[in-house]
Amino acid sequence: MPTVSLKRDLLFRALGRTYTDEEFDELCFEFGLELDEITSEKEIISKEQGNEKAQGASDVVLYKIDVPANRYDLLCLEGLVRGLQVFKERIKAPMYKRVMPNGEIQKLIITEETAKIRPYAVAAVLRNIKFTKDRYESFIELQEKLHQNICRKRALVAIGTHDLDTLSGPFTYTAKKPSDIKFKPLNKTKEYTACELMNIYKTDNHLKHYLHIIENKPLYPVIYDSNGVVLSMPPVINGHHSKITVNTRNIFIECTGTDFTKAKIVLDIIVTTFSEYCENQFTVEAAEVVFPNGKLHTFPELAYRKEMVRADLINKKVGIRETPENLAKLLTRMCLKSEVIGDGNQIEIEIPPTRADIIHACDIIEDAAIAYGYNNIQMTLPKTYTIANQFPLNKLTELLRHDMAAAGFTEALTFALCSQEDIADKLGLDISATKAVLISNPKTAEFQVARTTLLPGLLKTIAANRKMPLPLKLFEISDIVIKDSSRDVGARNYRHLCAVYYNKNPGFEIIHGLLDRLMQLLDVPPGEKKGGYVIKASEGPAFFPGRCAEIFARGQSIGKLGVLHPDVITKFELTMPCSCVEINIEPFL
Amino acid sequence: MADGPVAEVLLQRLEAADGGLDSAELAAELGVEHQTVVGAVKSLQALGEIIEAELRSTKRWELTAEGEEIAREGSHEARVFRSVPPEGLPQSELMRLPSGKVGFSKAMSNKWIRVDKSAADGPRVFRVVDSVEDEVQRRLQLVQGGQAEKLGEKERSELRKRKLLTEVNLKTYWVSKGSAFSTSISKQETELSPEMISSGSWRDRPFKPYNFSAHGVLPDSGHLHPLLKVRTQFRQIFLEMGFTEMPTDNYIESSFWNFDALFQPQQHPARDQHDTFFLRDPAQAQQLPMDYVHRVKRTHSQGGYGSQGYKYNWKLDEARKNLLRTHTTSASARALYRLAQKKPFTAAKYFSIDRVFRNETLDATHLAEFHQIEGVVADHGLTLGHLMGVLREFFSKLGITQLRFKPTYNPYTEPSMEVFSYHQGLKKWVEVGNSGIFRPEMLLPMGLPENVSVIAWGLSLEREHLLCTESCAVIMTYTSLLP
Repeated sequence: MPTVSLKRDLLFRALGRTYTDEEFDELCFEFGLELDEITSEKEIISKEQGNEKAQGASDVVLYKIDVPANRYDLLCLEGLVRGLQVFKERIKAPMYKRVMPNGEIQKLIITEETAKIRPYAVAAVLRNIKFTKDRYESFIELQEKLHQNICRKRALVAIGTHDLDTLSGPFTYTAKKPSDIKFKPLNKTKEYTACELMNIYKTDNHLKHYLHIIENKPLYPVIYDSNGVVLSMPPVINGHHSKITVNTRNIFIECTGTDFTKAKIVLDIIVTTFSEYCENQFTVEAAEVVFPNGKLHTFPELAYRKEMVRADLINKKVGIRETPENLAKLLTRMCLKSEVIGDGNQIEIEIPPTRADIIHACDIIEDAAIAYGYNNIQMTLPKTYTIANQFPLNKLTELLRHDMAAAGFTEALTFALCSQEDIADKLGLDISATKAVLISNPKTAEFQVARTTLLPGLLKTIAANRKMPLPLKLFEISDIVIKDSSRDVGARNYRHLCAVYYNKNPGFEIIHGLLDRLMQLLDVPPGEKKGGYVIKASEGPAFFPGRCAEIFARGQSIGKLGVLHPDVITKFELTMPCSCVEINIEPFL
Repeated sequence: MADGPVAEVLLQRLEAADGGLDSAELAAELGVEHQTVVGAVKSLQALGEIIEAELRSTKRWELTAEGEEIAREGSHEARVFRSVPPEGLPQSELMRLPSGKVGFSKAMSNKWIRVDKSAADGPRVFRVVDSVEDEVQRRLQLVQGGQAEKLGEKERSELRKRKLLTEVNLKTYWVSKGSAFSTSISKQETELSPEMISSGSWRDRPFKPYNFSAHGVLPDSGHLHPLLKVRTQFRQIFLEMGFTEMPTDNYIESSFWNFDALFQPQQHPARDQHDTFFLRDPAQAQQLPMDYVHRVKRTHSQGGYGSQGYKYNWKLDEARKNLLRTHTTSASARALYRLAQKKPFTAAKYFSIDRVFRNETLDATHLAEFHQIEGVVADHGLTLGHLMGVLREFFSKLGITQLRFKPTYNPYTEPSMEVFSYHQGLKKWVEVGNSGIFRPEMLLPMGLPENVSVIAWGLSLEREHLLCTESCAVIMTYTSLLP
């Protein structure tokens, strides 16, 4: 969930009133925001770097507000205030208009070289805008928030904003060899080639995260104006030449990317949010984009879409009984201008370009419910009549858990993921013999594989509890994972039961006795005959020679028991003899 | 030995004594160590009300070993004086005497002797007075005779500085008759034995009282893991509410069931390598229900079922990627898909509690695996009010009655609501769960009828366990055996 940091006093000025912290928290809660933290720059620096560094930092109160991940229109002060003011019916949602320029329309021509790397571009112009320091900062901050969220760290979309008065169109969006691109990038004093820049930015804490997007491509995307001035090399850096400042009056905005839909949404969000500061409020000057196939598109789209939802559907889905007129009013408060039409039960809703999150009637229904107030909805119980069933495997597990504890063994809960070493090397096995599933991207060695046996987890639990008085008697009933090509995903779980006895003596007879008790509980008689169980001398790398037996029940092998090999004991950093049993309980279902 | 000889003597003396007797005095009289008498007192005390003993602490002056020597032989200075004959003694010879060094300077300052440095064969010592009073010896003898109080404070401290006297703290008992005083005592029995029961001898035997403030011996039993006990409680609640348990015994899931089926777009951040464990082997799911997959693909990329869709290029390869499930909602999706294949539709209530996995580095607040609790109701005409009603019942079974609901965003539910409960300990509203109505874009491609709604909620077992520990404090008293 993105967090937006706003100056409290600036926010209250824009809202036209002040709130206590509690009042504002309440308003946020109602609207689906979360006032996450009240802080200041000084407090943040002091928390992160110590009091000394915080000396002289601003102590202006900041509200950190969590915004739902699909509400890109609320990612800055302007958008958030507009949303809240409309919600509180203090203003009406503005109508955003795309206008044609008096002079020639700005043009962005896409060449076909971009196709393989970053094929889409959209553009627009904010004309006669008036920035202040705060507005300018908010404009920059919104781009950053969009980059981090909908733009997926610039991989899907990257935004460039430029001082139009320093440039001359038409613009060309093309892709070139890195060595052929040379320009003075933002906030640098000299020109570099793209190759040099990629090297320089490797150590830049901010920009290094975006290099991978184009790094290994033969061609890098780049935008030029008609004089060959570089506007930007998306998604990494803009040119210094067209840098915007607080005094900039006319802004050329381009968004390039690999996702056309999202590029259009991002452009719409930026222009709708900041057209408020244009001389002609809420108007945006159109720009033309020529695609490699020669097709001409005009942006921003600023599309208003009409949806029709029946009032009784809203009432039925939310569980309320409001008149169509009231529902229309509720929706209008969510920036969804609505009116009752047709037979009086039909509501026509206008989805503005700011609300790209509305893609289905259920999104409209949710907004009606929010405006109604979730906590005003009458709680009722559904009349759904059902008979409960336990999942048989879990039912068996629950029964056995209690019996194992009654038999004097203590239940452990261990991780299902572990290192390759735990299930293979330490037990004297080769990893290929375990049929374990392998994780491709673990952050640490503790999570290389899913366990194929419960034994390592229990041995590690003993190692972590060595200070406890002997004997240690532990068990776990849980799932292990084995590759199985007959399953849709190529792997399956097995429910295992494992118990260990750790003491000054191996205690094989105790583990054996536990198995006998288990079989008694499961109603499996001893003996070879059908339906019975026997143990037969066996061997395994984890066991002491001559102290291992395989367990057969109901005609199949279900596991092994025995005294652990001293090498295994040592590898798990243990010092005492230890015996164990591990079986698959699924045959007893 | 409660009835050792000393104890017997003690009781006899006590019977004859007027009021009581002092343990130290008795020890002196009997010529035994004081500690022996103390032992006898303690063992008699353990027998009940036979005697009463009051602990007294007295300070006493005792002679040090050197002090005792002086009391016997005289002070060093007196010994020096006595060894000087009338005709004098060479100083060097005097210094060789055992008391020479200390005694010489003291006798000099007492002006008992003098030194003639002009003598022919070196310095020679002569008596100055004819006879001396050995005050030091006299005083020490007084102390030895138990009359230390006759000495002044100053005199005593002077002797102490010379390390001849020392003050000892003596703990003695003032012993007097108890309410059940008797000179004849018998050994008390500690425990009832089978022989006593069969012979009836328990009737005549005294029994040693139990110490009820001691701790008992813990039973030699196994026990269940505290977190899994909470899991059992949650299972019980769901079963009481008529919910059927879903199979969740598949940690490995395809991206399709974990994300795509839930209408979670392929560029969603949760599908990043950063957040999710993907598999190297088996890397891909080989079998997917292709009919259904096509409907899912169309809904993502073009929309349908009343939806605009996400309008992006949906890739089958991305859906095939295997992973460790990030939520049990993947199992819910499979259960709902199975439900959708059953015709005609019958209402269902499902639940599950099982492990889920996130690609985190372990620390105090992050686990790479935890347990998710999930509840699902599928029926005709379910509303947001129904969801809230079910949540109210569910949480009230946990003892949580104050709830409120906050709008939120989840990729696969709409409307969505976070559930908050007022935490008495923290004095604030805390999030206890997440909930919502599954999106039609998720349900309709499965083949569920259009007027069927599915409400669902989820919470974390670990988090719930922490929030509940106020009321479930007993759970935490067991040793948690987590590695």
